[in-house]
Amino acid sequence: MDISVKEIEHIADLSRITLTVDEKNTFAKQLTNILGYIEKLNELDTDEVQPMAYATFLKNVFREDKLKSSFSRQEILELSPSSANGFFKVPKVIE
Amino acid sequence: MKYEVVMGLETHAELDTESKLFCGCSTKFGSEPNTQTCPVCLGLPGVLPVMNKKAFEHSLKAALSLSCEISEFTNFDRKSYYYPDLPKNYQTSQNYFNIGNNGYVDIVVKGKEKRIDIHNVHLEEEAGKLVHPETSGANYSLVDFNRAGVPLLEIVTQPDMRSVEEVESYMQTLRNILLYIGVSDCKMQEGSLRFEASISLREEGSNVLGNRVEIKNLNSMKAVLKVIAYEISRQSSLLDKGEDVLMETRLWDDVDSVSRRMRSKEEAHDYRYFPEPDLVPVWIDQEWIDETRTTIPELPVSKRQRFVNEYTISDYDAGILTDDKLLADYFEECVGLSQDSPKELSNWIINDVLRELNERKTNVQDFIVSPKMLVDLVKIKPAIGSSIAKDVFVEMINTGKTAPSIVKEKSLTQMGDVSELNDIVAKVIDENPKAAEDYGKGKKSALTFLIGQTMKVTKGKANPKILTEIFKEKLSAGSK
Repeated sequence: MDISVKEIEHIADLSRITLTVDEKNTFAKQLTNILGYIEKLNELDTDEVQPMAYATFLKNVFREDKLKSSFSRQEILELSPSSANGFFKVPKVIE
Repeated sequence: MKYEVVMGLETHAELDTESKLFCGCSTKFGSEPNTQTCPVCLGLPGVLPVMNKKAFEHSLKAALSLSCEISEFTNFDRKSYYYPDLPKNYQTSQNYFNIGNNGYVDIVVKGKEKRIDIHNVHLEEEAGKLVHPETSGANYSLVDFNRAGVPLLEIVTQPDMRSVEEVESYMQTLRNILLYIGVSDCKMQEGSLRFEASISLREEGSNVLGNRVEIKNLNSMKAVLKVIAYEISRQSSLLDKGEDVLMETRLWDDVDSVSRRMRSKEEAHDYRYFPEPDLVPVWIDQEWIDETRTTIPELPVSKRQRFVNEYTISDYDAGILTDDKLLADYFEECVGLSQDSPKELSNWIINDVLRELNERKTNVQDFIVSPKMLVDLVKIKPAIGSSIAKDVFVEMINTGKTAPSIVKEKSLTQMGDVSELNDIVAKVIDENPKAAEDYGKGKKSALTFLIGQTMKVTKGKANPKILTEIFKEKLSAGSK
């Protein structure tokens, strides 16, 4: 399975990272190799096997609908690069 | 060309819980920004979300009330996208194993029943709220994460709706069901109930679906109805010109009443759903389903039918009464106190109570006239007459006093005592011989005049029915 530079660009875009032309070529080659290696697994017949998404057999874990105190706003806002009037401040979102 | 419009609706309803879906922060609306947040709902690294049981049970209850097939196995998925109102850069939602699938809602349009199929019902978390500063030139937006992580139920229909009326009826029926089962307050002004519509046109008679346009940002039923009209005209004028309707997502602008294309970049979603590893799956067994079923009250459609059968009121009236569960409860409480006059109680509620509620912009829960007070008014009505009863009703609302005490205070009881009225009538006839004579000659209006005179003397307290009888008797006796 070949990963094209175009696909690398799409993944980079989704991940919000910028890549140079060299990097794109390198990653395309590396990802092709990695996926090629993993492809071996496709030789197994898994028709009768349910997909497994969880490593534990835990199920139905809930908490009661009870209030807990929230964190102090000041403390929370201090974690962010920018804030104003109790809000987080972010670059303008174009409507 | 004539077109048929094909529509489907996605509804988001905030579920009624104290705490958020995955943490103990409050879901209260309208608090100071970012005062109801913690590391879990802010998506800080290393936190562990734990599912709110009530939110899950509400979802199960809703799925059952919408006649869905319940999945034995359900889980949650990460839906990845970047937007500043989404602190984790993914929304915890359901994609592969929804709580409910293949349900339906029966609606009534122009007296005809129609079934709208529900594709699925699933549970997810709310995003935060973006605030855009109004100062022109401001190069930033503000984010309030109080709403982030509030449990949100999404209900997705099949593209089954063919007219504005059907969509309107579906929205009302759905809202009604959610209110009846008590899983959401459905307050549109607080954003608890929001819609997304998919709208396409096709040539009448065609079986092929046209290109579908999705509209986001519909925060009221009114906006949904407006956008449908807008899209029908926009899309049909494109098709008339032989142009294609683009398959795209548009945003509704409620201020200018237009839909606008979202920039293709915002639209280019690749959600990369995958199972949320921080939450364990939920298995729903038959016992749990049966137990939940017992918590579902009688739903509007069956309540309406029962009101018609049990209280012999019209289907139309039953529809109005059951349109609001609280109003239906109010009516039934009244009927429980006085079984002999369901029709009259229903009339009072539909005509008078509803009018006052609308005028006062209040709901029946906070209405000053309790069911007991209304029943007492209806009971005392024969003694005071209809028109005075209406005045007493208004007085009850203004003062909070009961009908019997108002009637007593203002001595409003009608004079029904025949001997007392006899004397007064005799006197009135003596004082108005001309009118009495006219009536004898067949002039009917003379009687009205005489009754009016008597009402003056009795200050309106004479029972007009009894009065008429006495006059007729006396005047016909006199003419002999």
